[in-house]
Amino acid sequence: MIRAILIFNNHGKPRLSKFYEHYTEDTEQQIIRETFHLVSKRDENVCNFLEGGMLIGGSDYKLIYRHYATLYFVFCVDSSESELGILDLIQVFVETLDKCFENVCELDLIFHVDKVHNILAEMVMGGMVLETNMNEIIMQVDAQNKMEKSEAGIAGAPARAVSAVKNMNLPEMPRNINIGDISIKVPNLPSFK
Amino acid sequence: MALKIVKGSIDRMFDKNLQDLVRGIRNHKEDEAKYISTCIDEIKQELKQDNIAVKANAVCKLTYLQMLGYDVSWAAFNIVEVMSSSKFTYKRIGYLAASQCFHESTDVIMLTTNQIRKDLSSPNQYDTGVALTGLSCFVTPDLARDLANDIMTLMSHTKPYIRKKAVLIMYKVFLKYPESLRPAFPRLKEKLEDPDPGVQSAAVNVICELARRNPKNYLSLAPLFFKLMTSSTNNWVLIKIIKLFGALTPLEPRLGKKLIEPLTNLIHSTSAMSLLYECVNTVIAVLISLSSGMPNHSASIQLCVQKLRILIEDSDQNLKYLGLLAMSKILKTHPKSVQSHKDLILQCLDDKDESIRLRALDLLYGMVSKKNLMEIVKKLMLHVDKAEGTTYRDELLTKIIDICSQSNYQYITNFEWYISILVELTRLEGTRHGHLIASQMLDVAIRVKAIRIFAVAQMATLLDNAHLLTGNMQRNGICEVLYAAAWICGEFSEHLENPMQTLEAMLRPKVATLPGHIQAVYVQNAAKLFSTVLKSQEGSTEGTAAQETSQLMIDRLPLFVQSANLEVQERASCILQLVKYIQKLQQKEVEVAEEVSALFAGELNPVAPKAQKKVPVPEGLDLDAWINEPPSESESEDEQPKAIFAKEEPKHSRSRHTEVDEKELARRREARKQEQANNPFYIKASPSSQKVYQESPGVEHIPVVQIDLTVPLKVPGLPMSDQYLKLEEERRQKERADKKKKEKKKRKEKRSGRGRRHDSGPESEEDITPAHMVDIVTEEMPENALPSDDDDKDPNDPHKALDIDLDNLVESAGRRPLADSEKLPVRSHRAAKVAKSPVEDGDAENTPPSQEPKKKSSKEKREKKKDKDRDRKKSKEEKKKKKHKHEEKEEDLLGGEADEPVVQSEDTTEVVALPTSTNAEEAATVAATAEADSVPEATSGTAPDSDHDEPKNSELEETKSSKHKKKKQKKEKEEKEKKKKKKHHHHHRHHSDGGADESVQNGTVEDEEPLPPMSNYCLLAENSYIKMMMEDADEVCDIQGNLQDGSQVVVSVIFENKCDSLLKSMEFNVLDSLNSKLQRPEGSGPHDGFTVPFQLPPGVSNEARLVFTVQSIVMPQKMKGTLTFIVKNEDSSIHEKLDFKLHFTCTSYLITTPCYSDAFAKLLESGDLKCSSVRLEEVNMPFHHLLARICFHHHFSVVERIDSCASMYSRSIQGHHVCLLVKTSGQTVSIDAKCDEPTLLGNVLDEIKQTFSQC
Repeated sequence: MIRAILIFNNHGKPRLSKFYEHYTEDTEQQIIRETFHLVSKRDENVCNFLEGGMLIGGSDYKLIYRHYATLYFVFCVDSSESELGILDLIQVFVETLDKCFENVCELDLIFHVDKVHNILAEMVMGGMVLETNMNEIIMQVDAQNKMEKSEAGIAGAPARAVSAVKNMNLPEMPRNINIGDISIKVPNLPSFK
Repeated sequence: MALKIVKGSIDRMFDKNLQDLVRGIRNHKEDEAKYISTCIDEIKQELKQDNIAVKANAVCKLTYLQMLGYDVSWAAFNIVEVMSSSKFTYKRIGYLAASQCFHESTDVIMLTTNQIRKDLSSPNQYDTGVALTGLSCFVTPDLARDLANDIMTLMSHTKPYIRKKAVLIMYKVFLKYPESLRPAFPRLKEKLEDPDPGVQSAAVNVICELARRNPKNYLSLAPLFFKLMTSSTNNWVLIKIIKLFGALTPLEPRLGKKLIEPLTNLIHSTSAMSLLYECVNTVIAVLISLSSGMPNHSASIQLCVQKLRILIEDSDQNLKYLGLLAMSKILKTHPKSVQSHKDLILQCLDDKDESIRLRALDLLYGMVSKKNLMEIVKKLMLHVDKAEGTTYRDELLTKIIDICSQSNYQYITNFEWYISILVELTRLEGTRHGHLIASQMLDVAIRVKAIRIFAVAQMATLLDNAHLLTGNMQRNGICEVLYAAAWICGEFSEHLENPMQTLEAMLRPKVATLPGHIQAVYVQNAAKLFSTVLKSQEGSTEGTAAQETSQLMIDRLPLFVQSANLEVQERASCILQLVKYIQKLQQKEVEVAEEVSALFAGELNPVAPKAQKKVPVPEGLDLDAWINEPPSESESEDEQPKAIFAKEEPKHSRSRHTEVDEKELARRREARKQEQANNPFYIKASPSSQKVYQESPGVEHIPVVQIDLTVPLKVPGLPMSDQYLKLEEERRQKERADKKKKEKKKRKEKRSGRGRRHDSGPESEEDITPAHMVDIVTEEMPENALPSDDDDKDPNDPHKALDIDLDNLVESAGRRPLADSEKLPVRSHRAAKVAKSPVEDGDAENTPPSQEPKKKSSKEKREKKKDKDRDRKKSKEEKKKKKHKHEEKEEDLLGGEADEPVVQSEDTTEVVALPTSTNAEEAATVAATAEADSVPEATSGTAPDSDHDEPKNSELEETKSSKHKKKKQKKEKEEKEKKKKKKHHHHHRHHSDGGADESVQNGTVEDEEPLPPMSNYCLLAENSYIKMMMEDADEVCDIQGNLQDGSQVVVSVIFENKCDSLLKSMEFNVLDSLNSKLQRPEGSGPHDGFTVPFQLPPGVSNEARLVFTVQSIVMPQKMKGTLTFIVKNEDSSIHEKLDFKLHFTCTSYLITTPCYSDAFAKLLESGDLKCSSVRLEEVNMPFHHLLARICFHHHFSVVERIDSCASMYSRSIQGHHVCLLVKTSGQTVSIDAKCDEPTLLGNVLDEIKQTFSQC
């Protein structure tokens, strides 16, 4: 089981938090802080597994994380999950994000956290892995987005126009903070079929 | 209308959407909180509007704020509103918000039930999908109960997208509503073979989660998973299945054997590291569960270790980490294979990655031996010095202590060295583990008598230098060691070199800054020291010195009397008054030292941590019973409301009932005495009752060898552990040299003899003797304590509720079909609709066949029995026999075959043996030994009893030899069982011997030498087509049943196809004797055979179980039988037959039954048993091998073992007790036996004799 999925940036700012167990908001923030503290002090070339997130779970739980450019993707899982499998899953997740946002960067996650949630929901459900096939995930996400668009119809047009106008004169939205070379895979880890 | 919508949306476009909110927050970095609070106000306004789009937008923003840590539960109702929007866009926003902030105590959740149900049945698959996703996050027990049926229907949805989500969410439903597991399970199982890989993967996922917590209920699925494993190509699914097998194999070693091969293949073939790693992991689990008995298992271990070494050597840190992790699993059972990679692991200790260092530390734990302990600890001490982070250093510290103290200080040869290490560790700054060091110091000083002198000296130094430890500030933790130091110096003050100095050190004003509990110990032990000092001073006739000491006490103690800590205050004032009184006496020149020291006379024995819990409730004491009956209603005349005063009433009644006649009083007194006599914790006054502790050769009487003088006793200042390394090295060298000399001599002597049994090189473990003989006093346990190992079960585990028997659900003719009450609740308005239950519409074959009243009644009976079983499980009594119970339960779960020998015959593959073999192991079989006289025959003959004893085949020779080989081989569970037994035996020693035999050498008794493997399978008959092997007795199934309706014996026979053709239509028949009969399927005549329920493709073996009823068990039985079968080639098919003889030894009627020494003693005293004895000459094996052999081959359990003498017990299936007393001297073993059935006893003894004459 996956207990929690966290995405935060190099400064510990949460970009997405998904807890599959209930915690109060304060505890959640504390978990995020603590996890960031644990993960951020680790070197780049050490292993991606961490034990001892005191707040989550206990001895049976592990933090499995990956660091892409400005973002940390952290999965907190128990012993029923395969460590390397989860690493692969993170890879699948990031690649899916990359496809859905067309060259994903941190800003995409910042402004469209709802979309990230929707993509994640097609991969992991209630703490259990639902789908590991990227094409299948993208297909379902696209289908749902299409539905959303058709629902908005004409009524949605003005809102979209305004949104476009709003975004037009915004110098603060550079698209160059790329998430890094996600095309580089960890050796010996072919993704799932 | 359209215009209105457009107008509405134009209004909206200047509302803040999520992106605007995020942007706003980013633009208000300085006053973020203020900005957000204005945003929340806006959101509140938006939520008040009617427009659902505005509301959805607001909720979307709230979800974001929730992530930032703002509580948004106040908007729960609005979230529900958005969830129930008809538009997918808004619905999705609503469900997302709900999944982020709803939880079980959110009260609006109960409003959602109908909405969710509606969404689940929506024609739009994404509505359903979104509802399922949301529900998976916030499902409550109520929702689970109400929606279980709807979700179950979705499991058969046409769209795989819905199916996989529905399957996956079922796990959450099971967790919240365990009752749904049984009705939903058949369908879940069905989904394992769903055509869609996603659905299949989800089902595997769910079952793996379920099985991880309660593996035994899912054993029957093993064949199905096996099939999936060999067919699936999805790595994710494979990983899950392989992990699941890892959880199942400990319960079913045979499964493991089947797994080894495909897993090994996967290891060789796969390119995915994740899969390879999990395969290795599961192979390890299999090997652990088999522990031995696999012919080529060392090859598998080698393969694993070798693959892991590759992982560890990999540059990828992840693989390195996982390699070490898996290595630690192998370590537990095969330390030798890991130890050979010590270099690699020590190297990992220097890794820059802390996770990897920690893993390597874990491994070290198992790599130590007497030989290298000092060296390894030295290395760790270096790391301690280097380590910068306190967490890692603390981890190192605990590991050092763990490593040294493991299995009763087994590897420590020099305790002075260990004390020095502990003292060195106290120099660590700011460690949290001061108490750990302290408890080790205490433990060693108390339990290792020989070390006390040294320990006391060290502790005195520590106390003297206490200021170094505490410094100016109270460095947390480490001052705890002063607690130990003070206590040790006080308690063993007679060993102190200069007690006066220590006394002064303990009374320094600085002490008052220590934590209260430490001060308390200081005060108390100062008093002890005082008594010692007095004693020495009075002896030396210097009256003034003694008085000065008293004065010192009187001067210093007031400091403690003023302490804020109550404990310190109390002790100090008490002791102060005492000392004042002593001073008074001293002034009158009265000798007081004797009396003062009497205050602290006597020795404290270590008490096992669980001792208190283990005190058995004395017979006849009912803890729940009233001590005084509450007065009957007629008596209570007062009109006070009873509810309130009920508790007080016993008090009243007491005064009323005082006038009990003298006789009654006397009787009660007697009873109380009796009870006190049985109570180990009652301090007994009479000398007779004290002898329990005194007369037995207690700790005092064990010769404590004086410390070897190669080690200097006084180490100036704080000790340096390093010097011990050198000393140890020298000492060992000397010893080795001595030994070599001796060995040479021996060799000369033995040259003419049989040759040495073990030619252990000078490096072997056993050669390293401790520096000085050390008695480790074992911890005390109350007499009659019950051994148990499940004290630490978590009663709050949610998965406990899911421990539900599922097997019979799966088999079509289930024994415990779904009861009406188990059906999932279905929403209904009228009673008539109830009929449409999920069980009936979905799984017709699983519905309770109510039209068959006959069957049902028997099912009910079984069900009752199961309930009983479960009750029993709860009872504490049963807990202690955990293993035993487990067997019973398993038998109940799986053992339909026990009374119906017909095994399911649907499958013909090898795999089919899996569920049934489970039964074989767990249903506890008794099989008879086929002795060497079973004659293989190749040719035919129609009558089953014809020409069985003329050997036509020249294979007789081979048969015999192979039989012996086989006996040495496979051992699997039996070995495990024995280990358990031994463990039990060990436990038992602890309590049974009371004070008598409380001292064990370093290490534990069991670690003598590995036992040679033994097997109970032996050859029954063989020809060129087929080989039959049968398993010799394990145990008997269903003991209770046996006592009533004659005894049943289950024989497992392995059929192995040796030829190149298919063997089919096998029929197994025996000629019944008056005494023993084969149980045949209902409706068949007494001469019909038992049809073997499988076919055998070439090279395949499978196992069948046959049930026999036996009337009398006092004599061994032989039965003739025939196996007929058809050999099918491509072009022809030939009828063949094979004759054999079944031999039921008396041993096979014995069941291994644990027995406690008190019960055993009672049994022997009862006088109902007849005596007999036997002598075995020239038995050439260690005593524990001998015992193991008797345990293994003859189903005895060891009750007690003292040196070369052991008592053993077993019970026959008809309840005869068999007791053995085995003694050995040299090569002669004498066995005195007692049994209530002399014939049986005679036969059993003969068989034992035969066993040992063969080897």
